[in-house]
Amino acid sequence: MAVPVAFFAVFFAYPVAAIVGRGLKADGVWQFGRFGEVLARPEIREVLWFTLWQALASTALTLLIALPGAYVFARFDFPGKQVLRAVVTVPFVLPTVVVGTAFLALLGRGGLLDELWGVRLDTTVWAILLAHVFFNYAVVVRTVGGLWAQLDPRQEEAARVLGAGRFAAWRRVTLPALAPAVAAAALMVFLFTFTSFGVVQILGGPGFSTLEVEIYRQTAQLLALPTAAVLTLVQFAAVGAILAVHAWTVRRRERALKLVDPAQTARRPSGAGQWTLLAGVLLSVLLLILLPLAVLVERSLGGAGFAYYRALTSADANSGTFLVAPIEAIGNSLRYAVVATLIALVVGGLAAAALTRRAGRLVRGFDALLMLPLGVSAVTVGFGFLITLDKPPLDLRTSWILVPLAQALVGVPFVVRTMLPVLRAVDARLREAAAVLGASPLRAWREVDFPLVRRALLVAAGFAFAVSLGEFGATVFIARPDNPTLPVAVARLLGRSGELNYGQAMALSTILMLVCAVSLLLLERIRTDRSGEF
Amino acid sequence: MSTTQKAAVAAVAAALGVTALAGCGSSDDAAPGSGSGSTKGSGSKTVTLVSHDSFNASKDVLKEFTRETGYTVKVLKSGDAGAALNQEILTKGSPRGDVFFGVDNTLLSRALDNGLFTPYEAKGLDRVPADVQLDADKHRVTPVDTGDICVNYDKKYFADKKLAPPKTFADLAKPAYRNLLVTENAATSSPGLGFLLGTVSAYGEDGYQDYWKKLKDNGVKVVDGWEQAYNEEFSGSAGGKKAKADRPLVVSYASSPPVEVLYADPQPKTAPTGVATGTCFRQIEFAGLLDGAKNEAGGKALLDFLIGKKFQEDMPLTMFVSPVAKDAKVPELFTKFGATADKPATVAPDTIAKNREQWVQSWSSLVVK
Repeated sequence: MAVPVAFFAVFFAYPVAAIVGRGLKADGVWQFGRFGEVLARPEIREVLWFTLWQALASTALTLLIALPGAYVFARFDFPGKQVLRAVVTVPFVLPTVVVGTAFLALLGRGGLLDELWGVRLDTTVWAILLAHVFFNYAVVVRTVGGLWAQLDPRQEEAARVLGAGRFAAWRRVTLPALAPAVAAAALMVFLFTFTSFGVVQILGGPGFSTLEVEIYRQTAQLLALPTAAVLTLVQFAAVGAILAVHAWTVRRRERALKLVDPAQTARRPSGAGQWTLLAGVLLSVLLLILLPLAVLVERSLGGAGFAYYRALTSADANSGTFLVAPIEAIGNSLRYAVVATLIALVVGGLAAAALTRRAGRLVRGFDALLMLPLGVSAVTVGFGFLITLDKPPLDLRTSWILVPLAQALVGVPFVVRTMLPVLRAVDARLREAAAVLGASPLRAWREVDFPLVRRALLVAAGFAFAVSLGEFGATVFIARPDNPTLPVAVARLLGRSGELNYGQAMALSTILMLVCAVSLLLLERIRTDRSGEF
Repeated sequence: MSTTQKAAVAAVAAALGVTALAGCGSSDDAAPGSGSGSTKGSGSKTVTLVSHDSFNASKDVLKEFTRETGYTVKVLKSGDAGAALNQEILTKGSPRGDVFFGVDNTLLSRALDNGLFTPYEAKGLDRVPADVQLDADKHRVTPVDTGDICVNYDKKYFADKKLAPPKTFADLAKPAYRNLLVTENAATSSPGLGFLLGTVSAYGEDGYQDYWKKLKDNGVKVVDGWEQAYNEEFSGSAGGKKAKADRPLVVSYASSPPVEVLYADPQPKTAPTGVATGTCFRQIEFAGLLDGAKNEAGGKALLDFLIGKKFQEDMPLTMFVSPVAKDAKVPELFTKFGATADKPATVAPDTIAKNREQWVQSWSSLVVK
């Protein structure tokens, strides 16, 4: 437990506390009066209100669209299912700069909607909501669908034999078993959309602002640290509350359910109703997920064949935008992601192990704490790094290790969430037996735990890896120009005019998308039966 | 304290341990002495330049600096101009680098009021015109380049419509140009702020709000950042053409047209976009020696170099800004396709500092809401 605690203390709690303290302390005295002051401002209230209602609306819409998808992925067998399940997860790890551009192409002028019906949704709240569905579809499909696939369908059939109608059987048998998973998924989607940054900034236009966007604006643009500190704490409280409720639903879910091998529950759809459902889900996936991704590919080819891709291999084509050829960003990204994954695995794995062995309120609190980085704005962490990690031996502000460290912060929650259920499922008696037979704790772990969790570990690693690849918010503050990551390189190319730069940005985005898709596809092959909550 | 330290050391050891495992450290061929943050001591052969994301320099030019002075430049970019400056203010006294480049006249007072820089009079400053030396009596900052924020237009659109492109601020409010202009949010984007300041300069502190009311009635569109405005909304840019953008007027830079030429394949004979030369606001970018710099001598040499002929002549095609040194030759591409502003608007940094917040606030409630 010491390592994860130390890691979070040094690279998360301390920096965040320091930057918040800088904003809320004047001459060594806490100024809590600033809360009232800031929260009374009408424009801040507008931000709070918008943050809340768009998150509620996004969550509802995501559930509406993704729950049928969860069912289809859980219960139907159809060709290409594995590939498709990997593909719908790609958006979840794509950086928002890329997605924003794709969505503008789709919903903006000249987009598909515009051409068909003359409808444009850019700078409306609809663009934000649809992009949120795009990003979070996989959360629902994986969380709910993962469990759904393991529920024994015979229970429902038994209820029907006993005379219950189709709907009644579903409502009485399946729904109660599924409810905690649905609640957990809804809360995760709510968390991600409540703290939405890039989507709102790119698609919303200046009329819309979430708490996270406002924290960024107050910190990075205006250096209004007191306001930013108040908003950070407000967001902190909200995220803490969401996570507390989430932890509660997860515990409820861990109550014994009779689970079966998902391979046995899925079958080919039969009857017009099931085929229609399948077709409907496939159509929604096509429109909402594949189409935006396809737009990226189309623009990267842009009539010029592979010219943009070829240009990526030359540093000269950009005369100084990069000190190295943009293609090298791929290597950088992969290297950073490997290091970040290893850190996340060590920290998250140890945390998960500690959480399995111990119980109690304190440990549960720690469980939620590990999730907090998902809900704290990158700019707060980044600026916190600046003012805390500034003295030897921890003057890491200009070191490359900061990038993987920041990425690992986001990766750890995924590792913990993936490992925890599996570790908890390991029968403690096996371990005790090994100890009785004279095995050292290390040996017992190696012989008992490791073989059981190996696949979960791989899945966790894959997720941490993909998330690190796509991480943008924190990286952009610390990535150095001589080794930018893929998302940073994309953002830099988009930040300049000229056809070649734009085309290269699209080409790099496509490459990033493919790398994410391939790593996720590999994951599909090694998924365990109970591979956690994502 | 000792437990915290132990914890910290444990965490770092864990982090570095896995790093070694990954074998990543060796493949990371960054500038010498940058393997970890703690190695840059005094007398170091590395000089660190902190800047915003738009900073660029040719490799050859940076090598030339090393040849002349023996110092290697390490560049640290940290976000857009505002964010980069604010990070410097936060780390004041314990800076990450030696020289900061990229504070402009709209933010200059914020930097100076925070005492960010150590005075140094760069060698060769006599080749720089007095009107850009805004801190000439104290030399806390050195002017390095100028750039004009101006409305750009899509030549093809105006030719097809047989309509003359606008020239001045006043033109933009005319009915002929209804629903054609897209600009950036002055609260979040530096060209957006520059354009707002330009209108303040043209119409005065009393008149600019009326002017913006007219612009709003004339259908001006506001987006958050330059990227969206230029690549997604402006019909004249390469990105905009792909996006089937429908706004032929955008707030960008006087140097944007040459960029459209340089990054097109094949390069066209004329730029697809033009500049409304009566709508320009002049940005002056400065560099300064950071207070608490570890390599002060290297930092001073770098400042000399930034206004030296070599670097000044490199800037136009790497950062698309104009040199300040009188003896620097501007490349043909730049003069041929770029534009010169007719009397660019300026506002004194002190006036900007005093009123920036309030101007942006009233602008926001007027235009964005």
